[in-house]
Amino acid sequence: MNNLYPLFNVIIALTAAPLMSGVINRVKAFFAGRKGPPLLQLYFDIGKLLLKGAVYSRTTGVFFRLAPPAGLVFILTALLFIPCGAYPAVLFFPGDMVLVVYLLGAQRFCMLLAALDTGSSFEDMGASRDAHFSVFSEAVLFLCLAAMSVASGSVSLNGMLFTAGGRIWQVSPPVLVVVVFVLYIVLLVENYRVPFDDPNTHLELTMIHEAMALDHGGPDLAMFEYAAALKFWILASLPAGLLFPCGMKPDFFGNAALFLGAIALTAALTGVLESCAARLRLVKVPQMLTAAAALSVVALIFLAK
Amino acid sequence: MLDGILMLLVLLNLFSLGSTRISASIRVVAYQGAAIGLVPLFLPGKITGGILVAIVSVTLLVKAVILPWFLRYAQKRVNVRREEKPFVGASTSILSGVAALGTAFFISSRLPIPFAVASPFIVPVALSVSLTGFFIIISRAEALSQVIGYLILENGIYLFGIALLLEQPLLVEIGMLLDVFVGIFVMGITVFHISREFEHTDTSRLSGLADWLPEGKRSE
Amino acid sequence: MAIFLFLAPFAAGLAAFVIKSDRLRRRLLFTVACAHAAFSLYLCLFPPGGEDYRWLWFGLDALSRYFMAVFSLLFLCASFYAVIYLKGEKSRPREKKEEGLLFNNAPEAAFTGCLLVFLACMSLLALSRHFGLIWISMEATTLVSAPLIYFHRQRSSLEATWKYLLICSVGIALALFGNLFLAVSASGQSPGTEISIDRLLGPGVRLDPLWLKAGFIFVLVGYGTKMGLAPMHTWLPDAHSEAPSVASALLSGALLNCAFLAVLRFYQLCLANGIGSFCRELFLIFGILSMAVAAVFIIGQSDYKRLLAYSSVEHMGILCFAVAVGTAYGSMLQAANHSFIKGALFICAGNILAGFRSKRIADVRGIAHVMPWAGILWFTGILAICGMPPFGAFLSEWIILKAAFSGGNLLLPVVYLFLLGVIFIGMTGTGIRMTFGVPSIPEGKKSFLSLLPALLLLLLSLFLGIYMPAALDGAVSGAAALLGGQG
Repeated sequence: MNNLYPLFNVIIALTAAPLMSGVINRVKAFFAGRKGPPLLQLYFDIGKLLLKGAVYSRTTGVFFRLAPPAGLVFILTALLFIPCGAYPAVLFFPGDMVLVVYLLGAQRFCMLLAALDTGSSFEDMGASRDAHFSVFSEAVLFLCLAAMSVASGSVSLNGMLFTAGGRIWQVSPPVLVVVVFVLYIVLLVENYRVPFDDPNTHLELTMIHEAMALDHGGPDLAMFEYAAALKFWILASLPAGLLFPCGMKPDFFGNAALFLGAIALTAALTGVLESCAARLRLVKVPQMLTAAAALSVVALIFLAK
Repeated sequence: MLDGILMLLVLLNLFSLGSTRISASIRVVAYQGAAIGLVPLFLPGKITGGILVAIVSVTLLVKAVILPWFLRYAQKRVNVRREEKPFVGASTSILSGVAALGTAFFISSRLPIPFAVASPFIVPVALSVSLTGFFIIISRAEALSQVIGYLILENGIYLFGIALLLEQPLLVEIGMLLDVFVGIFVMGITVFHISREFEHTDTSRLSGLADWLPEGKRSE
Repeated sequence: MAIFLFLAPFAAGLAAFVIKSDRLRRRLLFTVACAHAAFSLYLCLFPPGGEDYRWLWFGLDALSRYFMAVFSLLFLCASFYAVIYLKGEKSRPREKKEEGLLFNNAPEAAFTGCLLVFLACMSLLALSRHFGLIWISMEATTLVSAPLIYFHRQRSSLEATWKYLLICSVGIALALFGNLFLAVSASGQSPGTEISIDRLLGPGVRLDPLWLKAGFIFVLVGYGTKMGLAPMHTWLPDAHSEAPSVASALLSGALLNCAFLAVLRFYQLCLANGIGSFCRELFLIFGILSMAVAAVFIIGQSDYKRLLAYSSVEHMGILCFAVAVGTAYGSMLQAANHSFIKGALFICAGNILAGFRSKRIADVRGIAHVMPWAGILWFTGILAICGMPPFGAFLSEWIILKAAFSGGNLLLPVVYLFLLGVIFIGMTGTGIRMTFGVPSIPEGKKSFLSLLPALLLLLLSLFLGIYMPAALDGAVSGAAALLGGQG
């Protein structure tokens, strides 16, 4: 039975991930003075989309059909490596953090291919911008993971986040605060949130992520949305797991609830940021990410001393 | 806590490198001065009591209040442009700042302190602040930015002195003196920029503005 | 008692700011200069019975007495010239030929006051026995000499002043790092060891060599900026050419020496702690580099004051080179000769500028025909500074050459001679072109009074080259002995 407990991690992630999208939207509505969509909206949307059919244009090829399920598979695989709460991840081995980053990158690759496959220039533009940002954001993500591994002494995600009692915080608290901050920036970039991309824009010229999902419909779109929600969960579990280390509560459900609350808090913070901040100019994004990279290098230097 | 302040100093460094707006840089210098002023409070008591309070308060007053105020006054009087055109762009500056931090760590690993210190990060951070200030001086063309870079350089030296050598309060006072002198520095820029503003003007009017001389009086 | 060497000029300087009468002010300047020179010369040549004045952090030893006497004499001649110069400059709009601009000068009170305070700060530097005090006085000299450069209210002067202020202050901040490193290296002893020379040279004091080396590097680069060593010399040509000639003479002749004194104080400590050879290597590098840079920029120079400024860079390089090859005696002698001759040259340049109204070499021709005394002194000065016998510079450069040969490495004296030769070609070529030929102005000032100080200084240098009285020899070797040098 003990061996099955890690599966609870995955089950919680699978079920709770779309909730975060609802949290974000509710927070944004609160700031705008509206009531906003229900918290479970994304579940309803996914359900509705699954029941629909899809129309495929004749210019699209095989990648367009393959990309959404392939992307979802990659994300689900990555999910297996994320610990949550009181139990270690389902799979872990030394160096799995590299694999997770690559899986996320593979999912992005599928999305890019699908976007390029449509032959439309809006999707192309969105895809090229996304690729442009990913050059920086993946580097920053790697640097953060390197810092975390130096601090915790382990090269496995499980080892970093699942340190008993937050051993990782005894190394140097201020430095880890910086790492958390940079991880949060990475979260914003990879999930196409303000200030890097506005998820509510309806102008194709300004879209980055929405442009890539523009032509999908029905089950494909449902898979895209679900994969995006899971990606948010994965990337949010990094800073949340650092801030609220495992083992803070004596029992499993307490830990899981704490973890869930931490990710919800991250989502709420994202909502706040989306309501209060403006989107960065496109040329400023690499500068911002370079600054984030510099911060993570600084943290790395401090930790490596 | 000391580590937190040191980390904050490094972050302020990077911020000053990344922004080209003068007012932002002045604010950074003010915060840096405040952070450095608070450092003696977290060092295990080599000097305590009245002297400690005196040093902390004087440092805070000069570094965090007087000098930034002075800089802002100079900025207003000169009406310097908000952004200037540095020789090195913002991203490259930030990366150079990180390189400076790495260099500082390298240098400090070659120079082990012969006595016990409160934190192993003090010398590297102090050196990196100085290197950042130096970099700002050589990479900016605006004179006010160069003064800010000089202030940051001196902040780094001051941090080094105050963190390591508390038995010698005289050195602290030397640092204070330097701060006051920088104020005179700043006055000179005022004139410099006024002269840059008016390309070929009646220079007797320029003398009229030149009351930056410390204790000068007109003979006419 | 020696503290009056600082207090008197300082008080006089403060007084000069408030005195309204020009004549009284100038008389004050000259009187204080005379008294200062007389007293310091007396102290140098007839040191009171071996016991140096020590009081807290002030005191004079052989090294500081010597330097004090040198710059004091220079200041005396410069102040005489200043009095005449200020009389001529008094509230008359000047026109600068190059830019065709009208400019005014700063208030004379400020200038005179700054001159006196400048002398006071330099005296303080020579008097200091504590490294912190040396640092303070060096910073003070920077700040006090900046208004001197900015006397002619022009854009170019302002720019030169700004460059001077910024670069020298950064250099001095680096030197502060050196001071702190010194304090760390001294902290291995009983805690709370002050960084005063007497304490640190005391018996049984061991300084941590690693920190001392690091400190020396910072101090050499820092005070070397003030001294004009390449590659930190970039402020020097601008500042020395834009300043009025009085200020240029003092900056070149006195201030650079004081910066060298500050470096030498640190060198004393290094010698006592066994890292002398490391320091000498650094001196060698900076010395040769300075001489080379000066040589490159002297050839084809278009402004004669900048020419003199680069010559100062060269001579500072020679000073470092001399210490590097082991002859501190030659270095001391060269310092004195350089001060006197350079002062004379700048005073001549001031007269030439007043007559020809241009700083460009191309505009100045045939000085000897329209301003005979100026022509003679200018040409003689240029020859003297290039090391022509029987002037003193020849003697000191010869001593340095001898020491370089005896060092064993033959490359060093060859490079030294080569660079000196290149500089000689550049400077005398210019000197000949300027002094002889068809005059470029119809009529020049024939006044001799403003050239008298230059004549005096050149005669001093001649004296140093020909005759070395025992007292003087004692003074120089006493200074050199502190630096571990032999004749």
